[in-house]
Amino acid sequence: MSFLLVQSLSGLATAATLFLVSSGLTIVFGVTRIVNFAHGSLYMLGAYLGWSLIERFGGTVGGFWASVAAAALGAGALGAVMEVGLLRRLYRSPELFQLLGTFGVVLILQDAVAWIWGPEDLMGRRAPGLKGSVEILGQPFPLYDLMLIGLGPLVLALLWLLFTRTRWGVLVRAATQDRDMASALGVDPARLFTGVLFLGSALAGLGGALQVPREAVNLHMDMAIIVEAFVVVVVGGMGSLTGAFLAALLIGQLQAFGILVFPQITLVLVFLFMAVVLILRPHGLLGRAEDAPPSAAAAHAPPMVAGRGVGWAALGLLALLAALPLVAGDYAVILLTETVILALFAASLHLLIGLGGLVSFGHAAYFGLGAYGAALFVKHLGAPMPLALAAAPLVAGLGALAAGWFCVRRSGLYFAMLTLAFAQIAWSVAFQWSGFTGGDNGVLGVWPSGWASGKAVYYWLTLGLCAGALGLLRRAAFAPFGYALRAGRDSSLRAESVGIDVRRHQWFAFALAGSAAGLAGGLYAFAKGSVFPTLMAVPASVDALVMVLMGGVQTVSGPLAGAALFHLLETQVMRATDWWRLLLGLVIVALVLLFPKGIVGFLAGLRGRS
Amino acid sequence: MSRLEVRDLWRGFGGVQAVRGVSFTLESGDLLALIGPNGAGKSTCFNLLNGQLRPDQGSVRLDGIDLVGLPPRRIWALGVGRTFQITATFASMSVAENVQMVLLSRARRLFGLWRPAARQFRAEALALLDRVGMAAQADRPCGVLAYGDLKRVELAMALASDPKILLMDEPTAGMAPTERLELMALTAALVRERGLAVLFTEHDMDVVFGHATRLLVLDRGQLIAEGPPDAVRADPRVQSVYLGGEP
Repeated sequence: MSFLLVQSLSGLATAATLFLVSSGLTIVFGVTRIVNFAHGSLYMLGAYLGWSLIERFGGTVGGFWASVAAAALGAGALGAVMEVGLLRRLYRSPELFQLLGTFGVVLILQDAVAWIWGPEDLMGRRAPGLKGSVEILGQPFPLYDLMLIGLGPLVLALLWLLFTRTRWGVLVRAATQDRDMASALGVDPARLFTGVLFLGSALAGLGGALQVPREAVNLHMDMAIIVEAFVVVVVGGMGSLTGAFLAALLIGQLQAFGILVFPQITLVLVFLFMAVVLILRPHGLLGRAEDAPPSAAAAHAPPMVAGRGVGWAALGLLALLAALPLVAGDYAVILLTETVILALFAASLHLLIGLGGLVSFGHAAYFGLGAYGAALFVKHLGAPMPLALAAAPLVAGLGALAAGWFCVRRSGLYFAMLTLAFAQIAWSVAFQWSGFTGGDNGVLGVWPSGWASGKAVYYWLTLGLCAGALGLLRRAAFAPFGYALRAGRDSSLRAESVGIDVRRHQWFAFALAGSAAGLAGGLYAFAKGSVFPTLMAVPASVDALVMVLMGGVQTVSGPLAGAALFHLLETQVMRATDWWRLLLGLVIVALVLLFPKGIVGFLAGLRGRS
Repeated sequence: MSRLEVRDLWRGFGGVQAVRGVSFTLESGDLLALIGPNGAGKSTCFNLLNGQLRPDQGSVRLDGIDLVGLPPRRIWALGVGRTFQITATFASMSVAENVQMVLLSRARRLFGLWRPAARQFRAEALALLDRVGMAAQADRPCGVLAYGDLKRVELAMALASDPKILLMDEPTAGMAPTERLELMALTAALVRERGLAVLFTEHDMDVVFGHATRLLVLDRGQLIAEGPPDAVRADPRVQSVYLGGEP
């Protein structure tokens, strides 16, 4: 009994931190309608800043708390800079650009923090005055955690006062409800939003700095917390502070007790919880049923026309690609193989984004499912390569069919969050179920059959399969199926009123895109000889989005060019430096700001102008 | 049995009763206008008929089949076409492709993965566009059309499913006066040609009294008058609703 109570209390302490971070995220979302991926990075920055300050000044009670406050202010200041430099230009962009742009900041900050503080975990000192523990029903409980438990409701109360009792808070709420009307009434939204970013980021920084006495500060804090904070915000209802508080409490308890009951699937548990909540209460626990955040992509969707002579051009390109191994060396052939695989991966994601307007933030899950499907068939059943390759799209397609059924029930940002959640579930299973998947060590020794072991032969096999799949995807895009997807994106109201079952089309598209990605994943597994959980992690999904974005969302051929360019950059430029995250982050931010139509779209625009 | 029979329809939002016990019938050949001041419940009434909203109470029967509770696309499949107050077309497609989508949907070919959509039902789509005077612009993208032309495309899309009844929510809103009369003359001709039944809402009284065969007048969620244009025009309650003064 007393053990359960202490477990529950430690869940409350976790919830307090979670709430601090999530409240910042939900405030920022409520006002700017941007889901800030970099929020977790500001939390991490708060932790690092806090560590440095506490090391120097944290010997006294006053010094400790001043350090924590200064770290929070530092994170807040960076958030304000981010608003002025990046977010301000993205308020009217499609959510794809907003999510990607802020993810670029994640990458930049990762390298910046590693550069300043180094890669080692940093242990901070304990908080002066709160070092001991108290006895609760005979069990020791850290005083510091007890303080955190009290801090959560205190912050909620202060925020509530701020938003209901101060002029600034009322203006922020007004701008939240109607940005245009607020600015028409003489409120300067730019300054207001900068202030909101400062507040939200400072809350993240506060949460981070408060972690210093509890756990080692490390470079993985950002992704770990942002994914959990997403879940809290979505479960609580996006934009709702009280909802975030409630959700943080629930998820804190779920984690505290989940680890006792299901130690193998603790990571999966929170995402399952989120999926269940969203099915029962589509807008989260306390979210308002407002209009879904509009998909700006739909508003600007230009006509898509099947160009003349594309078939011949594609055949020519295919012949050229097929002839390349005759002149190119092994390394170039390996590079080409990977590029072709990534082209199929990007094209499958483009089916969802370009035609359906469905921005998936977890498409790597299906690439990974295909890769793991193939690898596990080989490892556990001793299947030959052709059989394993046939299994890849099937496994991924079934996974996508299951996940898609949930995901297409929501649109816009909620869709993105749901796909992210399912990708995290897939990743957690691969990571935690080590008996079956090999866990962190992955699956090794997945080599092609003897006849396909030559680099050139495997390349031709890959080229043939990918070209076939790409051809099918392109056919589907211009067939009634692809048109119906676009119809649902252009105007779901009109589509439903002429008998188009939008949701079912989206569901099938999700499964189709998933199985195409699965084929790409299966080919990738044999090309590399191994698979790892990172194939399904968030950065892998973002890579795919960057490829699509580089090529341009509006053209069917764009993703192919995007994949080629991305892979070239990745292998030739980024891997040559230790700071490739910084580079990739800068590339993403530049893409989002400079080429809103992608590179192919940009070139087409130039051609149109001249 | 009437083509469309609406019985005692109720719908509230929170504490507001937007539609209170509305009943009427619609027959082939009718061009029935639903009018009333702003906030009278016209749009709610429309959305109850096409399935976008569910009534709290009451029935809507099309040729005897109850439509209440069916999703919009099922109601469409049973023969209820519609145009929207704010035009809604597929902006990324050409005019002809918009109509082709409806024809593909009616033929249940939307899951086709192989034959290009642009080559299916093109002739039929062009014929429909010709009927509404849009054939010349068949290959222009819908996103660049003038507002009045979009309304015509919507009409062609509604006709493509060969509906029994057509619901038109403010069909001439935002159009120039001459365009309005043209569109309504076209609608009236279609009603005669095809034995359609049309229910439309409208603010422009010239359009209403010039073309409607019958009128329904809605005020604060209730029907206060019904009948041929002349009778409704003379009704003192209608006059007071529109012109103010004592009821």
